[in-house]
Amino acid sequence: MNAIEARGLTRRFANLLAVDGVDLTVAKSQVYGFLGPNGSGKSTTIRMLCGLLSPSAGQIQVLGLQVPQQAEQLKRHIGYMTQKFSLYEDLTVQENLEFLAAVHDLPRLRTRARISDLLRRYWLGDRLNQLAGTLSGGQKQRLALAGAVLHEPELLFLDEPTSAVDPQSRREFWDSLFELADAGTTILVSTHYMDEAERCHRLAILDQGRLVADGAPRELCASLPYAVWLIDCSQPRRAQQALQQQAGIVALAQIGAELRVLASSTAWDADALRQHLQGGSIEAQVRRGYPNLEDVFVAATRKPARDIAGALA
Amino acid sequence: MSLRRLLSIVIKELRQLRRDRLTFAMIIGIPTMQLLLFGFAINLDVRHLDAAVLDQANTARSRELVAELGAGQVLNLRSALSSPQQLDELLREGRISVGVVIPPDFENRLERGDRAALQLVVDGSDQVVQQAARQLAAFPLVQLRGNATPAAAVEVVNFYNPERRAPVNTVPGLVGVILTMTMVMFTAMALVRERERGNLEMLIATPVSPWELTLGKVLPFIAIGLVQVSLVLALGKLIFAVPLRGSVFDIYLAALLFIIASLALGVFLSTLARTQFQAMQLAFFTFLPQILLSGFMFPYAGMPRAAQWLAEILPMTHFLRLIRGIALRGATLADLWTELAALAAFSTIMLGIAVMRVSKRLD
Ligand SMILES: Nc1ncnc2c1ncn2[C@@H]1O[C@H](COP(=O)(O)OP(=O)(O)OP(=O)(O)O)[C@@H](O)[C@H]1O
Ligand SMILES: [Mg+2]
Repeated sequence: MNAIEARGLTRRFANLLAVDGVDLTVAKSQVYGFLGPNGSGKSTTIRMLCGLLSPSAGQIQVLGLQVPQQAEQLKRHIGYMTQKFSLYEDLTVQENLEFLAAVHDLPRLRTRARISDLLRRYWLGDRLNQLAGTLSGGQKQRLALAGAVLHEPELLFLDEPTSAVDPQSRREFWDSLFELADAGTTILVSTHYMDEAERCHRLAILDQGRLVADGAPRELCASLPYAVWLIDCSQPRRAQQALQQQAGIVALAQIGAELRVLASSTAWDADALRQHLQGGSIEAQVRRGYPNLEDVFVAATRKPARDIAGALA
Repeated sequence: MSLRRLLSIVIKELRQLRRDRLTFAMIIGIPTMQLLLFGFAINLDVRHLDAAVLDQANTARSRELVAELGAGQVLNLRSALSSPQQLDELLREGRISVGVVIPPDFENRLERGDRAALQLVVDGSDQVVQQAARQLAAFPLVQLRGNATPAAAVEVVNFYNPERRAPVNTVPGLVGVILTMTMVMFTAMALVRERERGNLEMLIATPVSPWELTLGKVLPFIAIGLVQVSLVLALGKLIFAVPLRGSVFDIYLAALLFIIASLALGVFLSTLARTQFQAMQLAFFTFLPQILLSGFMFPYAGMPRAAQWLAEILPMTHFLRLIRGIALRGATLADLWTELAALAAFSTIMLGIAVMRVSKRLD
């Protein structure tokens, strides 16, 4: 049985379709990533899966329970870390965790040991009596994660858990996620970081409420119907302008002195690119590159060509 | 319902309250300030109204009358006038609030007794002055006729407040005002704060139930309300010597029921508001009719029928009857059971509606 199965999940706010017919399958013990631009419906989807928001249409089954009908039963088995810090800023680290332990009916005897274990695991041992509101951004997020896993849920929803965390702590944070996954916890995590997305077992990319791609990161890269070209020239900005409006060019990005081109593999190859640039009297060397997740993301969520031109103008 | 969960919410609430210095100060500050304000500054007895006399008769008896009026505490006779125009002018300029006009045929009128012998010209734009003038109109003119048996003047006997001291009437009522103000606003804001700060989204993803959440947040305020009641009654007794004739236990029981009614209203308001500011506005919106219609400011008997019906719905109306009855008249709860029943009914209905509306959904 899968941990999450959603079919045709839809949510409307007034006349805005925030989530539009999303099908989602998350297997047990997986770390499942949620990618998408701002406002693409990641948080809204997570809220519906937790039973906090009722869907406008669609079927949801989480841990074998119908949501939202059986949401109250479900809440004993899930942990939810909200995008915005939602523990009590005017309680100390310890008070927050004790409160959550009581709310989740954790046996009193186990509470103390569990809390000290979590404090050690998330490097908060020396912050015990500090008010949560005065913690640094990364410390807050570690506390929120500790709060979400306190009752050892089977399924964990994490909404952008590392948005304010430094790279080193992010790695440690993800190591701890895999520890949980190894212990059997299913994790659904939304993120804007490609390196984090890369580490997920599977990914879903949302754009304007629609599911535009899903699969294992490597599969997604391999099945990209575009080729990546790296253009080395003295004036990468001019090269970018020369290619901007051309049909079959999906995305352009200057990376250092190089121009990274994502282009339709039927319309363009290395020679065609070189010749086109020569026509604009730009001497360039063109190399083949490998698609990465960022290319997948950009290709999946790209706006119609006109919008890109507008945004760059 | 889990007792442990309920208790953990209560403890959390108390911890937060302890760290919220401002709210903590208001719990003690509001009752103390209001008590002193109402007790010392707002004196509902009307005294020392500025007045002028236009004595057109100028006889021995008219002068006697003027002296008599001047000796009273109500009027402050500032000047003797010679023409009606002067009177008009002074009134218009607001220099006086009352003009005493004695017509030239004062003696005749007094003897025949068919027309008013004395005219009071009052500043009708001020309600308080009008009321005072009505009292003056009962001035026993008959005594001036020199009859051996003066007709009995209307005598107002203030049975329960013989010295007519305002604090005696206001302090028990003030308990109601303070509880309404703090209880409704504090609960409404405390509940909305949870939503506004985003804590609610985390909380509703846990097994906590709406009843646990609501009761847990409300219980600490019951204790706070009872502390406020004690504070006002104690200060009222110490500073203004307000008597407590009935049983203290009855007073606390009535207050407890009123606190619950106010908290229920607060919980209900919190389900309507999205932000703490809205919650405060809503609380204020319910606060005004309770002050104005409950009988605290204006006598219930003098209100139009529709206002009286509305007043019957408001918990403060019933609480005022209870506390005035118990504290000033020495009544017992058994005498006033209908008021208790009204408060209980209000609380039950309000809390029922409110908890039904406290949903564990964000939409
Ligand atoms: N309660 C609401 N009322 C109205 N519109 C809403 C509400 N919640 C979300 N939306 C809208 O739904 C869309 C999706 O929002 P959502 O928060 O799910 O995006 P997201 O993918 O989580 O974005 P981000 O990466 O910025 O967190 C947005 O356009 C948002 O404005
Ligand atoms: Mg979001």
